[in-house]
Amino acid sequence: MGPLVPFIIGSEFNLIIALIAGIGFGFVLEQAGFSSTKKLVGLFYGYDFTVLKVFFTAGVTGMIGVLLLSHWGLLDLSLIYINPTFLWSALVGGAIMGIGFIIGGFCPGTSVCAASIGKLDGLAFVFGSALGVFVFIEGFPLFEKIYIAESWGPVLINEQLGMSKIVFAILLSAIAFAAFYVTGLIENRVNNVNSSVTKQKAIYYSSAIGFAFILLAIVAFLPDSQSRIETRISKELKRTDFTNMLVPADKLAHEIVTNYYRINIIDTRDPESFKSYHLPFAINIPFEKMQDREWKEILDQKHKTNYFYGDDAQSVNKAFLKAGIIGSAENFILSESSQDFRKMFFELTPPGPDASKKEHNSYQFRNKASTDMQSLVEALKNSTQPVVAKVSKIKGGC
Amino acid sequence: MNSQKYMNPYLAGFLLGLVLLATIYVTGRGLGASGAVKSVVLSAVVAVAPEHSANTPSINDYNKEHPGGPLKDWLVFEVIGVIIGAFFSGVISNRVGIKLERGPNITNKTRIVAAIIGGALFGFGSQLGRGCTSGAALSGMAVMSFGGIITMLAIFGSGYSFAYFFRKLWLK
Repeated sequence: MGPLVPFIIGSEFNLIIALIAGIGFGFVLEQAGFSSTKKLVGLFYGYDFTVLKVFFTAGVTGMIGVLLLSHWGLLDLSLIYINPTFLWSALVGGAIMGIGFIIGGFCPGTSVCAASIGKLDGLAFVFGSALGVFVFIEGFPLFEKIYIAESWGPVLINEQLGMSKIVFAILLSAIAFAAFYVTGLIENRVNNVNSSVTKQKAIYYSSAIGFAFILLAIVAFLPDSQSRIETRISKELKRTDFTNMLVPADKLAHEIVTNYYRINIIDTRDPESFKSYHLPFAINIPFEKMQDREWKEILDQKHKTNYFYGDDAQSVNKAFLKAGIIGSAENFILSESSQDFRKMFFELTPPGPDASKKEHNSYQFRNKASTDMQSLVEALKNSTQPVVAKVSKIKGGC
Repeated sequence: MNSQKYMNPYLAGFLLGLVLLATIYVTGRGLGASGAVKSVVLSAVVAVAPEHSANTPSINDYNKEHPGGPLKDWLVFEVIGVIIGAFFSGVISNRVGIKLERGPNITNKTRIVAAIIGGALFGFGSQLGRGCTSGAALSGMAVMSFGGIITMLAIFGSGYSFAYFFRKLWLK
């Protein structure tokens, strides 16, 4: 599941990826004509809307792609970089950039492209932007106040507008396609030409628009990977016979005492219940958190056996099924609840005088297991904590 | 031999969107440009005035985030790629050569001065706004960042508002 950096691809190799991404970026910008300042400023005088067309098409393509990948469970949106919102610096900075655009005729990316193919004005713009950055760095204390004012964090536009992502995506795509049509008309008027779209092009364009809306419809109407997993769980919940998967508390206690290093005990309850009491060596993986990256290794490993427990059979069974769907480890379920386990081992009452031999035996066993478990936990306090894979939020920005 | 025509803007936009999408999928972040200028400027400042840099908190913070030096930065490598990619594109379309493009009514000197001033404003604005047209506007749009999209609206809104006053630079 994406993003691949830093979990699947290392951070060092990431720089090579930056180079490759840059090559693609620069190539397309130059091919689109963004190395020409006249083409760029045409946007502001109405004679050439290439910038709007390229920019909007790219944005919409990227946005639909991001939604689609996340819909299919291929991209974890909670990990990707979302530009944080600082209201004033965004507006004032943007306004200054706009003036820079109209005077200088480039933006940073396009000026680099222009300079790369020998445009001296592009080179001058790059030099100028270095000056501007220098002024900002040196004068930072002067601008700090506005730079950090109104910090809203990584908010999303659809949240601000009070709509779902997909509704916003459909809206933005529709605006983009309308803008393409209108700007075509403006271009014709400003340039005094009457170029009309050829029939072949019209077919291409309308099929591209149709394709975009089909992809949007997939995101809007087909079940996403998450709800597919849910459906599978509820289906399997009805027809699975869990008896073979159940492990009685005594057996698990024995496993803990003798084989603690070959088992994972997974607490499926919420963190608070986990905090108030949990089995020895248990790891807390609540149902909703099971797909988080840090647990992938535990749910996928082949060397240990996973034992799931909780407080009610229904939710433990669900967690067990989910582990089977998303992971590949060998899983079992503790037949008792955590509270029963606690009563059986840690709140032991000695059997009365007329108890059967069996009761005496089980008391002996549980009493010993309980002390053994406690001393093991004590002895291995530091070494048995699972190594938690650190999930780092990606840093980005311009 | 004449230089070739530019690519159809929608096709170019689609390809650019795919590059952006692939970048987000692999690295979890979008494209950018102005950040690389910052890294280069910072490394120059550090090289020229090491003592001054050590006493400036904003430079120090940046250096702490970049233990391999300011140039060992994602965006620096990406912009090196941009240079390569753009040059390659220029070569295959026969557009490489020392040139200066300007409006019909201004001198070369005016154009260069305007480019430097415009660049300075854009460079400054991109630092204040935390990103330029690539990093804030384009990448922000793809991930639906509110900040990115209002930055984009501010850039183009201000461009349109001031276009009239600078029309002599560009139009007949």
